[in-house]
Order: sequence, then structure tokens, then C-alpha cells
Amino acid sequence: MAQEYKLILKHADESGYTPDIECYLRHGGYNDLKKALAFQTKTLADGKTQSPQEQLRQEVMTSNLRGRGGAGFSCGLKWSFVDRKSGKPIYLICNADESEPGTFKDRQIIHKDPHQLIEGMIISCYANDVKLAYIYIRGEMPEGAKILNQALKEARAKNFLGKNILGTGYDLEIYVHRGAGAYICGEETGLIESLEGKRPYPRIKPPYFPAVLGLWMCPTIVNNVETLCNVKHIVGMGGLEFAKLGTPNNTGTRIVSLSGHVKRPGYYEIEVGKATLRELLYDKNFGGGLREGRQLKAIIPGGSSSKVLKAGEKFKLKKKDAEGKEILVETDMLDLPYDFDSLAQAGTMSGSSAIIVMDDSVDIVNALANLSEFYAHESCGQCTPCREGSLWMNKTLHRLTHGEGRAQDAEYLVKIADNIPGGRTICAFGEACSWPVQSFVAKFKDEFIAKGAADEERHSKEVTGHN
Amino acid sequence: MSFQATPELEAEVHELISHYPVKRAASLMVLHAIQEKFGWISSDAVQWTAKKLELQPINVFEILTFYPMLRQEPQGKYAIKVCRTLSCALGGAYELHKHFCDKLGLDAHKHGPQTTKDGKFTVEFVECLASCGTAPVMMLGEKFYEDVSNAKADEIVGGCK
Ligand SMILES: Cc1cc2nc3c(=O)[nH]c(=O)nc-3n(C[C@H](O)[C@H](O)[C@H](O)COP(=O)(O)O)c2cc1C
Ligand code: SF4
Ligand code: FES
Repeated sequence: MAQEYKLILKHADESGYTPDIECYLRHGGYNDLKKALAFQTKTLADGKTQSPQEQLRQEVMTSNLRGRGGAGFSCGLKWSFVDRKSGKPIYLICNADESEPGTFKDRQIIHKDPHQLIEGMIISCYANDVKLAYIYIRGEMPEGAKILNQALKEARAKNFLGKNILGTGYDLEIYVHRGAGAYICGEETGLIESLEGKRPYPRIKPPYFPAVLGLWMCPTIVNNVETLCNVKHIVGMGGLEFAKLGTPNNTGTRIVSLSGHVKRPGYYEIEVGKATLRELLYDKNFGGGLREGRQLKAIIPGGSSSKVLKAGEKFKLKKKDAEGKEILVETDMLDLPYDFDSLAQAGTMSGSSAIIVMDDSVDIVNALANLSEFYAHESCGQCTPCREGSLWMNKTLHRLTHGEGRAQDAEYLVKIADNIPGGRTICAFGEACSWPVQSFVAKFKDEFIAKGAADEERHSKEVTGHN
Repeated sequence: MSFQATPELEAEVHELISHYPVKRAASLMVLHAIQEKFGWISSDAVQWTAKKLELQPINVFEILTFYPMLRQEPQGKYAIKVCRTLSCALGGAYELHKHFCDKLGLDAHKHGPQTTKDGKFTVEFVECLASCGTAPVMMLGEKFYEDVSNAKADEIVGGCK
């Protein structure tokens, strides 16, 4: 049976565990930072030398850690893109915007174990020669911001932060920056604009890759809260050891946010790929199954932007047979291992690792209408396809859920959705708002058509006076 | 003038500006500080902020008009924000929002924040508050509430004096 594996949330929910530094230190806190600061320049076999910073970055590369914010991009690779020759300062920003609907994992870390994040950040900053870093936390987490500020103050008082950290000559400051209620601030270039004191309009890539032209046009690293916590553990156990957790190419652990129609919604940390969707939904140590008398209808597997999975759907999954040959195995959606690659093979993604479960009591058209209202509200408005498309989709779904639908609305929705992504927009929000529409309508087409057709029929009767 | 910066605000803003190599970056944090003290951000406050950060007032105004959390007019003494996004909707957020509106004499179908006539409460729907596992969730001012039943909602309103 699949089990929880608590690496990041090892202590968070223990009774008596508090967010202050004394408690953190009693649990071995900041030892990994001390370990990182003690790395010495190494001479390699070919006579070249490797600085402590390069070695730390190498550990992260070896760990195969993939970003926990949504895209699942290799953290080591991202760090390797940083322009270190420009002579400009390098900045690091912790993305604590946590605004992808369904996701509530970073909140647990920030509220219950803030020093773990700060330690991870200091190590990441040291490894990348960063002297000034920010935690961008969403505005709706005022308590989280206070907790982080208090934790930073404590870390400063112990000289884990500030000037000449622990006598090493390394200086670093970290400040908390609060957002103010806009989802698009989670997108890294929107976040950077927001931090600069502007509207959070995402920047176009190229040329504005944060690793080269980020905050104040300087090289900048943006990483998610959970990603940065992982860096601490990579240093603690070594990159190779870390890579043994989880499954190949999907290393480490992930905190899964489970919500919707299960008996035990909540956050569960698992080794990546070591639990299937079925286990996460039904095992008694995870979701505990659906409510009595209910059947599964659909799952949104990776935050609201990920493509929906319909109960009973089957996928061809690449597996290795006994001789190591690649074969395709038919897999039910519930038997997908919960990791980056399996969900990608199923045409969706594990995104921010947020699973929203819907049982057969859900009106699927209503559910999509709910999400489309979110996207219509949150589009930043820079790109015409995204701004107009998200509003049109919302309007169409509004009429479908308010007795004003038409039979061809299903087709109409897909047509709009298809015309938003694919290089027509500045940021990935364009994809994010069209994926739910495309997948909901494709997989539950009958329900969309039936709803619109029923409205049309009723209307025509009203107009002609027949009944 | 409706806006008078207190010495505490002056000191806080001075500290905030020191966190950034470029003054403009402090805009959002300064506006948060002002809103915390005054409840909203007046056009005098915008002028004051612009001067402090060596910006044109339009630079401050354009962010004030973008971010949903920033207010251009006073709101009720108690601000109730109910999450309306999918997980909370599945958990009864729409019923909860309607319960608040009915109880306080507001219209549950109206868009945007609504304030009661006596200026005591502002109720609004907001998007996902990152606590979807304990739906439905809401905030009262800075305080966060989970698994909010109608009974719990009544208690929360009852506690607002
Ligand atoms: C519309 C949109 C919203 C996003 N929201 C978040 C968010 O709330 N938190 C987050 O960590 N990443 C978010 N991301 C991903 C970030 O752009 C970025 O990839 C991530 O912070 C990188 O960190 P990682 O590599 O550690 O995952 C969002 C992306 C998009 C396109
Ligand atoms: S895709 Fe949408 S959210 Fe992204 S920049 Fe364009 S309009 Fe803004
Ligand atoms: S959907 Fe309400 S907190 Fe996420």
C-alpha cells in the first residue's frame, strides 16, 4: 500500500512543533546551511578547480529536482542558465504566490515551518552568489507574511542572515514582499513586474528570460517555496541520495493538495510517482474514498489549469518490460502513478500537484463555468486572444448555466479556446485558461450539448407559444 | 486634506523603501501600509505615495486600479471575503455567500464587494484562498476561517461588535 513520505513536512504537524527558531534549531535546523557554507574549493581530476558554489549547484543538478511551482522544470538546469558574466547582481525570488486553484501546500510550510524555507533560500542564494532576495507572498496571506517576517528577524539575530553570515564573509538579505490579490503575479515575469512596483503584466520571452533579464533587468532566479525547501534536503542528504527518492526523472517528494469530493481532503506528501491516483483518492491513509453512494465523475489532476481526466478513461503508458524493452501498457486514469511524466503521457499535467475530485453529483457545465469565471477575472488583459477569449468563454458558460444556452455552444467554446494558445499570447495563462475548456468539452461533450439544446427547445416553445 | 501621514507611517515607509535598490519597488508595500491604517487609499494618499517614491501619481494610480485587494473607497469595518473557486464551490461556498448576504441585507447576485448601509460589513466573493482542502473558507479582515458552516458564519458575524 502506498504510504506518505514526509521529508518537507516531517515536523510541521508534530504536536509541540512551533514556527520559532528555537524549535527549528532543536530539530537540527540550519545544520544544512552550516554544511553548505563549509564546502571547500575542490581540485578535479583534470586539474580544474570547482568552487563551493559550483559544487552546491552540481548537487542540485545531480538530485534531478524538478520545480514544484507548476511547470516541473529542472531546478539545476534553471540555475545553470543564470548569466554569471554580466557583472550585474543576481537576485533570487521565492514564489509564494500560491494562487493556482486547488493548491494549498506552500501555506503549510510558510505557516508551520518557515525556517525550513528560509534555510533553503539562504543555501540557494549562497550557491548562486545572490546577495539580495525576496519572498513574494500573495496578499491574502497576511498571517503568513507576519510569520515569515518574524522568522527572518530571528534568523538575522542569529547571523544566519545579514552581514558576514556565520563569519564566512558572505552577506545576504531577504525581504518579504506582499502581492495584492492578482493570480497573474504567480507567473514569474508578472511577479517580477509586480515586485518592481508596476502592474503585473508578464514580459515576453525572449528576450526577458529571468535568468538573464529579470528583476531590474538583472539575472534572477524564481523558484517555488517547496522547490527551495528541497534544496536544503539535497544539501543535507546529497544529490545522489535525494535522487533515490521517488522515481527516475521524478525524484524526491511532492506535497499533494487533495480537495473536492473525497472523505479526507488535505495535503499528503508522497515520494513522486510512488502512489497512483486511485491510492490518493481511495486509500484510507489518503483521500479515504468518495462520499457514500457516490461515483467518481472526474479529476482535475494538477491545479485548475490542468486538463481534466474523466472517470474510466484509458491511456497508453510507456513502460519497460522484463527485458528492458519499451512497451505500451493500457492504463486506467486511476492507475496513473502520480508524477510529472505519467500525467504528461495522459495528456495532462501534475502542475502544482493539486487534485480536485468531482463525484457524480457535479454538474460538469457548472464546474467549468466556475473555473472560467476565475480565468476571466484573472487575465491581465495585455493580449487580445486571452483577454477577449477568457471573457467570451465565461459569457458563453454563463448563459449555458443560466438557462440561455444553445446547442452549438459546445462547439463555440472549443473554437474560442483553440484560438488562444499556441504562441498567440505573452504568457502561459493563455494555455492555462483554454485547457480546462478544451478538455471539459471534449470529454463531456454530450452534457454541454444537452444543456444548450434543452434551453433552445424551451425558448422556442416560449417564443411560439406552443408547449 | 483627508490624508495625514502619521509619524509611524512615515517610519514604516522609510523602512520599506530601504528594502529595495529602486524606490518604485516599494509601491505595493507602501499602499498596503496605508490601507492597513486608513482602510482605503484616497487620491491624497496616492499623491503622497508618489512623492515619497519619486514617481508620477499615475504610476501609483495604475497599480491601485489593478490589484483587487487595494481599495479606492472606504469599506465596511468588517470585511468578509468568501472564496468562490471550484473546490470551495463544491464545498458550499455559494450557499455560504448567500447566507451572509441574506443575513446582512445584501444582494447575493450582485457583482463585486457590497457594503451594508450602516457601513459595518463589506461582503465579497474572492478567488481561491489556497486552503481548498478545508472548503468552504473565508477571511474576516486578516483572519482566516476554514470549514465554515452557516452556524459558524452566524457566530463570526455575531462576534463583530
Ligand atoms: C498563470 C501562471 C500562474 C502561476 N502561479 C504560480 C504560483 O502561484 N506559484 C508558483 O510557485 N508558480 C506559479 N507559476 C509558475 C511560475 O511562473 C514559475 O514557473 C515557478 O515559480 C518556478 O518555480 P519552480 O521552478 O521552482 O517551480 C505560475 C505560472 C503561470 C503561467
Ligand atoms: S496571456 Fe493573458 S495573462 Fe498572460 S500576458 Fe497575455 S493577457 Fe496577460
Ligand atoms: S478553492 Fe477556495 S480556497 Fe481554494
